[in-house]
Amino acid sequence: MWIAYKTIVVKEILRFSRIWVQTIFPPIITTSLYLLIFGGLMGERIGDMQGVDYLHFIIPGIILMTVIQNSYANTVSSFFLAKFNHSIEELLISPVSYWVILLGYISGGVARGFAVGLGVFIVVSFFVDLKIYSIGIVLITFLLTAILFSLAGFINAVFAQSFDDISIVPTFILMPMIYLGGMFYSIEILPEFWQVLSKFNPIYYMVDSFRMGFLGSSTTDFVVSMVVLISMILVLAVVAFYLLKRGVNIKT
Amino acid sequence: MPNALLISNLTKTYANNISALSQVNLSVEQGDFFALLGSNGAGKTTMIGIISSLLNKTSGEVSVLGLDQSTNLNQVKRMIGLMPQEFNFNPFEPIEEILINQAGYYGIDRQSARARAEVLLKRVELWDRRLNMAKSLSGGMKRRLMLARALIHDPKILILDEPSAGVDVEIRRSMWKFLKELNEQGMTVILTTHYLEEAELLCRNIVILDNGQVIEQSSMKKLLTKVAHQVLILESIETLPEVLPEFDFSIERLDNNSIQVILDGMSISRTLSELSKKGIEIEHVRSAQNRLETLFLRLTSKGK
Repeated sequence: MWIAYKTIVVKEILRFSRIWVQTIFPPIITTSLYLLIFGGLMGERIGDMQGVDYLHFIIPGIILMTVIQNSYANTVSSFFLAKFNHSIEELLISPVSYWVILLGYISGGVARGFAVGLGVFIVVSFFVDLKIYSIGIVLITFLLTAILFSLAGFINAVFAQSFDDISIVPTFILMPMIYLGGMFYSIEILPEFWQVLSKFNPIYYMVDSFRMGFLGSSTTDFVVSMVVLISMILVLAVVAFYLLKRGVNIKT
Repeated sequence: MPNALLISNLTKTYANNISALSQVNLSVEQGDFFALLGSNGAGKTTMIGIISSLLNKTSGEVSVLGLDQSTNLNQVKRMIGLMPQEFNFNPFEPIEEILINQAGYYGIDRQSARARAEVLLKRVELWDRRLNMAKSLSGGMKRRLMLARALIHDPKILILDEPSAGVDVEIRRSMWKFLKELNEQGMTVILTTHYLEEAELLCRNIVILDNGQVIEQSSMKKLLTKVAHQVLILESIETLPEVLPEFDFSIERLDNNSIQVILDGMSISRTLSELSKKGIEIEHVRSAQNRLETLFLRLTSKGK
């Protein structure tokens, strides 16, 4: 099973590496622009947030945004394409267990999230003196976030019947959730009603704990954030496994 | 010795209530070269899909080399190599990678997989293109790639769904030679094809499916004896007379140098001798219709 798992992961890494111009490079450019415009140009007028200057405040959120988008994009596009060109049958006829298939695809999503996140981090480091409060918190939050959104992308791919179906969720659900999850602002500046509402957005917990890893301050208890993240991962993993085992939209 | 494949009361009804297979029973012996024939929509691909775990059955049992598929799925999967009808690989992956990955899914490490991929790609004459993306291959090359992929884990049973569709004559013959070799080495081969000449040439036993049911299962030899008459086209050395003499068999003048004869049990040598006695010397003999094709059309709904 280990060889099969390794094969899927290597295949996934090679897949997104071969098309690095589409997968790795654009998010790094986009993120650099975010930093230049929101952090560099507008940040000085905004002033401090959560006790740090605005540029340092938004960097963790922007890195995490690329992780979320790329983990999701990797599994949704890879698994949907495998369904679309029927290459998923290569796996279905072989003695690979459904857990291994799922783990392989999720690991591929995590790998792309890591590659892009690291790329953004390196580019940012050229412009900003970045300090990390806790590498452990940064890594665990990154890992759990990437796993969660890889799973979400996988589930989207299972249900997707067309290329439109793999862009609807990222555009109409994921993006609003990211932007409203406190990536560009601290929810402390919101009216109470919106603060409460923000806490129903799981991305808020990821951004908050990731930011804690960099800045050392957060608006929610780190343990609460981890419980939210791990619970969501468990729920999505069970759903994804069930869909795969039942062969939903894969086997008739 | 258990059968390579034993299917009992296999039924498949799709969600839209279309019945693809109904109470199908068949068996394939180990080492056989077995033809699974039927017209489009007869249920061949559905049956192959169920055997190779790509489709869920509605009811019935499938057993491979004595192992029940329902309770020994992974062991059964290891024994089967599938070359499907439709191209089912990632066209943006290099050819060699496709084989190495497939081997990996069967637990074969990368180094051994690479060595095996080399042997197979050389055998199907794709080695020089191993680094090319699969999308760059012609239709025939893609089929050969799928054949190599089906063999990468050294299966005991090879299932081929229309292997020679879109393959030119030369490559088709070399593919036949390769399949014969594999069969001679002990591999059970199950073949579906629309080229009935291919089935007649390669297979020892045969099943004909029609509307999801087995309508004929026997040895190829026995089945072909059921074709009572044979239609031949004979080409004469000299120009044929406008009005042909009478014979004990049916004869028709097609043009100045060719005639069509229908033999009802009479041997070809006796026919040629009868023709010669009446001054018609034959230079070439060819079959007007493949015998299996005649029988196939007679048995299936296509011919009705």
